[in-house]
Amino acid sequence: MRVVAAMSGGVDSAVAAARMVEAGHEVVGVHLALSQNAATLRESARGCCTIEDAGDARRVADMIGIPFYVWDMAARFKNDVVDDFIAEYAAGRTPNPCLRCNEKIKFAALLDKALALGFDAVATGHYAQIVEGAGGARALHRAVDMGKDQSYVLGVLDAGQLARSFFPLGDTTKAQVRAEAAAHGFFVAAKPDSHDICFIPDGDTRKWLTQRLGEQPGDIVDPAGATVGQHRGAYAFTVGQRRGLHLGQPAGGGQPRYVAQVQPATNTVVVATGELLGVDAITGDHARWCGPAPQGVVSVGAQVRAHGQEIPASAWAHGQQVQVRLQRPVRGVAPGQSVVLYDGTRVVGSATIARATMSTEATSTAATSTAPTRTSPAPG
Amino acid sequence: MLPEAIEAMTAQMAMVGNASSLHTSGRLGRRVVEESREAIAQATGARPSEVLFTSGGTESDNLAIKGTFWARRDADPRRVRILVSMVEHHAVMDCVDFLEAHEGAKVTWLQVDHLGRVHPETVRAAIGSDPDSVALVSVMWANNEVGTIQPIAEIAALCREFAIPVHSDAVQAVGQVEVDFAGSGLDLLSISGHKIGGPQGVGALLARRDATLVPLTHGGGQERQVRSGSLDVPAIRGFAVAMRHATAHRVETAQRLTALRDMLIRGAQDAGYGVQVTGFWEPGDRTRRLPGNAHLLVPGCDGDSLLYLLDAAGVQCSTGSACQAGVPQPSHVLLAMGISEHKARGALRLTLGHTSTAADVDAFLAALPAAVERAQRAQVATRPEPSLQQAR
Repeated sequence: MRVVAAMSGGVDSAVAAARMVEAGHEVVGVHLALSQNAATLRESARGCCTIEDAGDARRVADMIGIPFYVWDMAARFKNDVVDDFIAEYAAGRTPNPCLRCNEKIKFAALLDKALALGFDAVATGHYAQIVEGAGGARALHRAVDMGKDQSYVLGVLDAGQLARSFFPLGDTTKAQVRAEAAAHGFFVAAKPDSHDICFIPDGDTRKWLTQRLGEQPGDIVDPAGATVGQHRGAYAFTVGQRRGLHLGQPAGGGQPRYVAQVQPATNTVVVATGELLGVDAITGDHARWCGPAPQGVVSVGAQVRAHGQEIPASAWAHGQQVQVRLQRPVRGVAPGQSVVLYDGTRVVGSATIARATMSTEATSTAATSTAPTRTSPAPG
Repeated sequence: MLPEAIEAMTAQMAMVGNASSLHTSGRLGRRVVEESREAIAQATGARPSEVLFTSGGTESDNLAIKGTFWARRDADPRRVRILVSMVEHHAVMDCVDFLEAHEGAKVTWLQVDHLGRVHPETVRAAIGSDPDSVALVSVMWANNEVGTIQPIAEIAALCREFAIPVHSDAVQAVGQVEVDFAGSGLDLLSISGHKIGGPQGVGALLARRDATLVPLTHGGGQERQVRSGSLDVPAIRGFAVAMRHATAHRVETAQRLTALRDMLIRGAQDAGYGVQVTGFWEPGDRTRRLPGNAHLLVPGCDGDSLLYLLDAAGVQCSTGSACQAGVPQPSHVLLAMGISEHKARGALRLTLGHTSTAADVDAFLAALPAAVERAQRAQVATRPEPSLQQAR
């Protein structure tokens, strides 16, 4: 097959590209330039699409003997990922930009361009597995290395996208990938992993958002509505957050307090003690199915953040909406994040969380509100 | 690289001897350098003492522009203006930007017409009523992207009226059109080895004997005290062999390339995709467009898609320039010619050289239709609008 290997400049996509060549495919390496200012040099080990990363990717392509191109997707990335990220935060939701990038850029714009140019598929260094079933239908599964599993951020791919995708690293541990890179002589073998949001190079999301949305001073209140502190922009807070609240006094009993809600309409941040943060009923929209849509109520495992725990749940899909009932409450679930549903290791699909509530009678006001709340950003 | 140049260079690499040394092997090295200098001087209408060896076109441009700016300003502090065309190579543009940012230079970017030509009247108007404040003028001999040849002799003549030094980057021109340094009226002229079939990493600045240059590198005082550093004798020898060869075969090569160029441009225009040629083009002409240059605009395509598709079909071409990360950038040359950023994205530059044949042109024309159709579909996929995937 003729395959585009998306090469970020990191070790994973380098080994993925090499494996595609070894498997006998006709491979062309493509580095996506996603930054509006591509001329910025790396300032830290974080981030992507710097000159150094493009150079690292090119060097690996040269070593494995494949053509290499840089495709400029900066306009699409800004439109579909960065602007969406800002708008979602401003609306009190917590987006996952990596999911959005996979949905709109890597397996849409990149794949579309590749197909138009005559390629058959795109290969990436994501840790996930594609299992081909009877009749050639492809299913997405978790990686064998659960510490690196990235199936969560791929839960937005539909059957058509999966049919055109390769994840050559899904059956391998990260340690093995690094060893394989070293055996190839790739000097990126020891390159640090990227963990943060690639377009926020210093990792300070709050500062980055403040630069774009401006300071918006407001109140921090307790569940009873009493003002307990001040903030400089509700949008910058995330449900479950404890640090950075600068509250003068502890709650009664000296328990630590967390962000329980972000209310963009009134620019208010609600804080509460930890036991009030749990939810077990999730309504999701923008459902995406990695195969056939489930019929009726199905038993699933639900994961509400990248690298989060999977919780036994039941789910019911109807049109673009999904209702998920968790078997036990979980803290810090917020609109904008995705709930990804699993059947064993198989990814069933995903939905964007619209509401998260506590279903039982014994709920507090803080946890049952349908107002937008936020959990910590957890990009893949 | 020209086989004769490889041979000469390889032979020279086996010989030790620093051309600056006085011992026997040094003298032998020196002799090779001086014979090479004479050969290059003869090929370019310069005197041997006017040939300064450098590491290539970029260094020649830097030495010419910075060296002249500093020397002229030292002699008279009013001289801070630089007049330079908008279609220069980055080796010139970025040099001028540097002088503006760090040395107080005041820059006038000389406009070009829709064919990429600098009109002598534009230069005259820029000199204006204050010629005493001009440190130098720089206009390239022939454009590297669109192949437009500038009226260098006219521009040089009018600069001479005001005793303003004038430099020309002739890296692209040498070997393709007649470059006569003495006849051109220029003070400074940059040339490069690898563009004429010589090695990379060697070039020369032709500098009139009365040209004053402040050196960029200081040390042993080689090359008229303005370019210190031990000379790369093998590269210089390879450069001279290539230069001699290029000059000896220039007319026949130019005729042959012009015919291929015309065949390519006509074929691309006739392919039916609205392909346009940029710059001046008249079949058979060898004086206003470089013989080996075909520069096309393909509507609705990204140059990098065309480049990939043509490369996969065995045709090697280029799109213009890319930023450091490798992202194709709309060419400043095309923008200066009044071509829109959108149209400039579909630029395709084909360079014909001494190994090019009619079969190569046929192969390009055969590969073009499928490449254009695919590249047009690919451009749709990357627009910041709903993608094909979402539309399905």
